Amino acid sequence: MTAAGTTTAATTATPTSTDAPPTAGSRFTGAVANYIDERTSISGLVKELGRKIFPDHWSFMLGEVAIYSFIAILLSGTFLTLFFDPSMVEVHYEGSYDPLKGIEMSAAYASALDITFDIRGGLLMRQVHHWAALLFVASIGLHMLRVFFTGAFRKPRELNWVIGFVLFVLAMAEGFTGYSLPDDLLSGNGLRIIDGMVKGIPVIGTWTSWLLFGGEFPGTVIVGRLYVLHIMLLPAILIAALGVHLLLMVINKHTQFAGPGRTNSNVVGVPVMPVFAAKAGGFFFIVFGTIVLIASTVTINPIWNYGPYDPSPVSAGTQPDWYIGFADGALRLVPPGWEFVLFDHTWTISVLAPMAVLGGFLVLVMFYPFIEAWITGDKREHHIADRPRNAPTRTAIGAAGVTFYAVLWAAASSDIIATHFKLTIEGVTYALQALLIFGTLAAYLITKRVCLALQAKDREIVLHGVESGRIVRMPGGEYIEVHEKLDEYDRWRLVDFEDYKPLMIRPNAKGKITVGQRVRAVFSRWFFEDRISPVTKGELESGEHH
Amino acid sequence: MRTSSPKPNSAPRQRATGRRSPLATVALIAIGLVATGGAYALASTTATATNPAIVHQASADEGKKLFAANCANCHGLDAAGTDEGPSLHGVGAASADFQLGTGRMPLAMQGPQGEKKTPQFTAEQIADLVAYVASLAPGPALPEDRYLQADGSASKGAELYRINCAMCHNVAGAGGALTQGKFAPALAGVEARHIYEAMVTGPQNMPVFSDLNITPQQKADIITYLKFIENNPSVGGADLGSLGPVSEGLFIWIFGLGAIVAMTVWIAARPN
Repeated sequence: MTAAGTTTAATTATPTSTDAPPTAGSRFTGAVANYIDERTSISGLVKELGRKIFPDHWSFMLGEVAIYSFIAILLSGTFLTLFFDPSMVEVHYEGSYDPLKGIEMSAAYASALDITFDIRGGLLMRQVHHWAALLFVASIGLHMLRVFFTGAFRKPRELNWVIGFVLFVLAMAEGFTGYSLPDDLLSGNGLRIIDGMVKGIPVIGTWTSWLLFGGEFPGTVIVGRLYVLHIMLLPAILIAALGVHLLLMVINKHTQFAGPGRTNSNVVGVPVMPVFAAKAGGFFFIVFGTIVLIASTVTINPIWNYGPYDPSPVSAGTQPDWYIGFADGALRLVPPGWEFVLFDHTWTISVLAPMAVLGGFLVLVMFYPFIEAWITGDKREHHIADRPRNAPTRTAIGAAGVTFYAVLWAAASSDIIATHFKLTIEGVTYALQALLIFGTLAAYLITKRVCLALQAKDREIVLHGVESGRIVRMPGGEYIEVHEKLDEYDRWRLVDFEDYKPLMIRPNAKGKITVGQRVRAVFSRWFFEDRISPVTKGELESGEHH
Repeated sequence: MRTSSPKPNSAPRQRATGRRSPLATVALIAIGLVATGGAYALASTTATATNPAIVHQASADEGKKLFAANCANCHGLDAAGTDEGPSLHGVGAASADFQLGTGRMPLAMQGPQGEKKTPQFTAEQIADLVAYVASLAPGPALPEDRYLQADGSASKGAELYRINCAMCHNVAGAGGALTQGKFAPALAGVEARHIYEAMVTGPQNMPVFSDLNITPQQKADIITYLKFIENNPSVGGADLGSLGPVSEGLFIWIFGLGAIVAMTVWIAARPN
């Protein structure tokens, strides 16, 4: 497999051209490059990486957004560690914020307030850190959606999908441990929910909770423990996984959309050096600048409003950060009374059931590439990204998943929906419960039909061209509208995709039809029963004649 | 009303030149004016200060007429309540002042909750109605001014607020949802008097916070805190309605990620 650049010849690390006598500057660069190369043999790597080709499409830059916001998180987070005190020792606040003066609180909360009010630039850094974290997880989510809907998770990239999924979970864990650290009322309420979930596990729940919090909730150790996770363990794993993720991306090469000259065995785009690197570098500053602009103008997590954590108060409108919202929403949508009495004990499943559903959902997302590969039985490599409409069942599954997630997510703000749209909170809850099931189904059905209709339209356009609006009267008196043929470039995009057919059940080597085969055939029929084939060469040629 | 008059200046001259001095007339007029003006001023202040019952009674009578015209439909002509509205015997001046002063009464319509709107009566009419309701039976009185100055301890008030009020009204007073379409309203812009009266009387779905539960001084502290957050906008920039992570999440998805996706489209765009 070779990478071919169409736009520019890639420049390598060789700094001087031969004709003109080298200037002092370039002689110096040359000498330095030579010095380093003789000791590290890095030129091979630079040559390889520098000529790495990246296809140009806006949706391919979403992963970059995640990396850049992660850098913003690392930088601002380092600043915060210099001043944050992860201790739950009780102190009396004596800082600048009047409505908390003299109030008893943990050292963690007091130091978070000091960062906010008394350390120069501290509030900005806190807000950069938090906004960047929200953007980090959001851009990961969008990046995953792009990969899913274009089928970029197919062989050879299944493992990288799994690593990416792990990164997503790590990002959520980082977020959760992070917003629990300031030990304000909101973060304590979040921890209380986690405590409740742990205690909801039969038999071992209570013991596990005591282990986690070092005694009865909230205890005096949890902030220190979360701090170690937040600033050391999770970031270390995250960075390692990110390294592998990027390495696999380089090894597997980037997917590209179909187009003239683009095949499954090449990559058409610009090499990293110099244009792509310059663009990416500039893009880093755009992302960073956007984060700082937001952080300097819009409040996030006003911990001074929440006050120190105290297990008795819970504020109205208490929600987790957006990426944990789907879990909160799942808890809110559980109908009342999901419990039973057995052996003289009341067993509740109102916490376990939603957790199981969420766990199942996440596992499905994680293993989707393998599930789809098994159903299609496709063992080929795929480097051309699908247009979502050309994989109607997958796109419909994705839309159903997005709807499912979105309903859970919306449910986390059911109270705010109720107050702001002047509805009853019960009505909102019932509507979301119904949407969770029927909305998901409807999204599946509608998306699948829309995809098939779009494919049919594409087929029509390829075969008959675009309506030109020009009406011509034929000599016999008949009126026809002249259709303009597509040019080849546009046509390529519409016809270059793979066609699958439902799997035929065939006996294996022993002459038996296994149960696995039958199940697979059922799934395969579900996937590919309704399909619209791409226009073949023969159809195209016969179409040219009329 | 005390004015400095030309009296001390003219007195020695009068003695020197006699009663026929041209200034005598001026002095007499001045004395007359000061005496009558002073007497009037004295009389009018003593009237309001020492005989409130007279004015009060007049006002309650006026209030009764207003009540019959505007309120009796639901509360009954004797204010003893009907199927449409509760009895007002014993609700006290504070309750009437809160409901009328915030425009909740008279109701625009029956609904989950009477909502705040422009007051339907003038301040004077409200005073009359309040006097009438107060005259029906003993109940919580209007708050004393010294508790409404927002000069108590903001930190004590904030702590009390978090423990007693935030679960419905939200930590930043942004309001919150209750059951069946009812809600705890936002507290920004509510007058100190009305906050105090609400705590004492527990209007609609709000519980009563009696003086044994939260002392008047503690109520004043809570008012101090609420006025502090009302008058001190968020140090972090736009507060997004103080609604917490929901509005933050919406903001980052719509404006943050929206702006960045627009940038990616721009960067990846090729001139045609």
